[in-house]
Amino acid sequence: MKVGVVALQGDVREHREVLDALGVDAPDVRSPEDLAALDALILPGGESTTISQLLRSSGLLDALTERVADGLAVLGTCAGAILLATEVLDGRPDQCSLGALDVTVRRNGYGTQLQSFEADLDLDGSDGRPFPGVFIRAPVFERVGDAVDVLAVHDGHPVLVRQGPVWASTFHPELSGDLRIHQRFVDQDHNRYPKGER
Amino acid sequence: MVSDERADQARGTARVKRGLAEMMRGGVIMDVVTADQARIAEDAGAVAVMALERVPADIRRDGGVARMSDPAIIESIQAAVTVPVMAKCRIGHIAEAQVLEALGVDYVDESEVLTPADEAHHVDKWAFTVPFVCGATNLGEALRRIGEGAAMIRSKGEAGTGNVVEAVKHLRSILGDIRRLTVADQPERFAAAKELRAPVDLVLEVAERGELPVPLFCAGGIATPADASLVMQLGAQAVFVGSGIFKSTDPATRAKAIVEATTHFRDPGIVAKVSRGLGEAMRGEEIATLDVKLADRGW
Repeated sequence: MKVGVVALQGDVREHREVLDALGVDAPDVRSPEDLAALDALILPGGESTTISQLLRSSGLLDALTERVADGLAVLGTCAGAILLATEVLDGRPDQCSLGALDVTVRRNGYGTQLQSFEADLDLDGSDGRPFPGVFIRAPVFERVGDAVDVLAVHDGHPVLVRQGPVWASTFHPELSGDLRIHQRFVDQDHNRYPKGER
Repeated sequence: MVSDERADQARGTARVKRGLAEMMRGGVIMDVVTADQARIAEDAGAVAVMALERVPADIRRDGGVARMSDPAIIESIQAAVTVPVMAKCRIGHIAEAQVLEALGVDYVDESEVLTPADEAHHVDKWAFTVPFVCGATNLGEALRRIGEGAAMIRSKGEAGTGNVVEAVKHLRSILGDIRRLTVADQPERFAAAKELRAPVDLVLEVAERGELPVPLFCAGGIATPADASLVMQLGAQAVFVGSGIFKSTDPATRAKAIVEATTHFRDPGIVAKVSRGLGEAMRGEEIATLDVKLADRGW
């Protein structure tokens, strides 16, 4: 099992540490060649406008869009969720999108760093223990499409969603020390979404 | 906009403060003095901007007392960009820090680049919801700042010089001392805490982890893409560029090149590619010729 972490900018290390703890190989992805032989991919937290620009300049954007459209499993956290969304509010006009997740997301939807927070979350289909949610200048999902499953809600907004093999959270499971979300992402049936059938 | 504080949310926690620094890893934080410069920085891919009245090179040239920026400048920069906005307060100036928090800046830099307000005490950073970054020249200084609540450390270098030599010295000092702690036995670690004038629990934590408990970024003298690659290879997790961008002849191109070099710091081919045709870098200063060493400020 190989889960690449897009390592252009952001909290790459924290994702890698979670994957290490799960016994999953977690190579860095910085160029299109790094995408070969991956079973799944993580788009980390960071600054979405910066990562967007670096995706373009590295040539990863086109290669990644193609792999994701072909059914590659992806987990995006915070900035990663913004990059997966079909519609971004309060973004930059030149911000790129992989268009893989049918949601409308508002950047910095809670405000500035002063409004960043921790909150316990109820995870759908989990064992009942609360999940420690860490929200850093977090975005807000303002609309989710019919094909999108909502797996956790906070303050009336979805915060963890899934559309087939594409997962996204507005918070940072990689900062919480709780492995459950990554575990579920890694454990999903990777044969369920064959190339071109999503 | 969802902004009312809720009973089920905890704001200003150490996790949340450190978290924003972690999100800036592998990025470039750029000093800007106008909304236009802030837009150039964001266009170039800055992960954050530092809102200032004057860049360090001008503070150094002009002399006099350097203070917190005019709130109107900070607000105009906040309005111009969507990336996090940082601002500087004087060392120990609690009231400037409170003003910056009231303005809603995303990070406060309690900075030696401004004229210190207190010659013995730093701000109690635990008392704030906004996170703080502080400069350090060595491990003891870094751990004292973390003990006071800093959620990010930047090696100081010598701001406004365009000369990377002090940045390298401070980064090597901090990281070299950390490496030595990891192989020290317990009595040596206790002795190190005494010599470093640092809290013993933090010294023990660093010895176990092999790194600071908060992100370590690098500042002070970075002027070229290769400078950025150098300090990243030495172990910095992100870079601050002050005068180096807007004191050069082509700030937009240079800013973008430094962003690329910071991400691809291990790839000399990319650093070479982005280093071509950038125009002149800032002129720079020999450290031995300086009247004031800003890095000596802080206690």
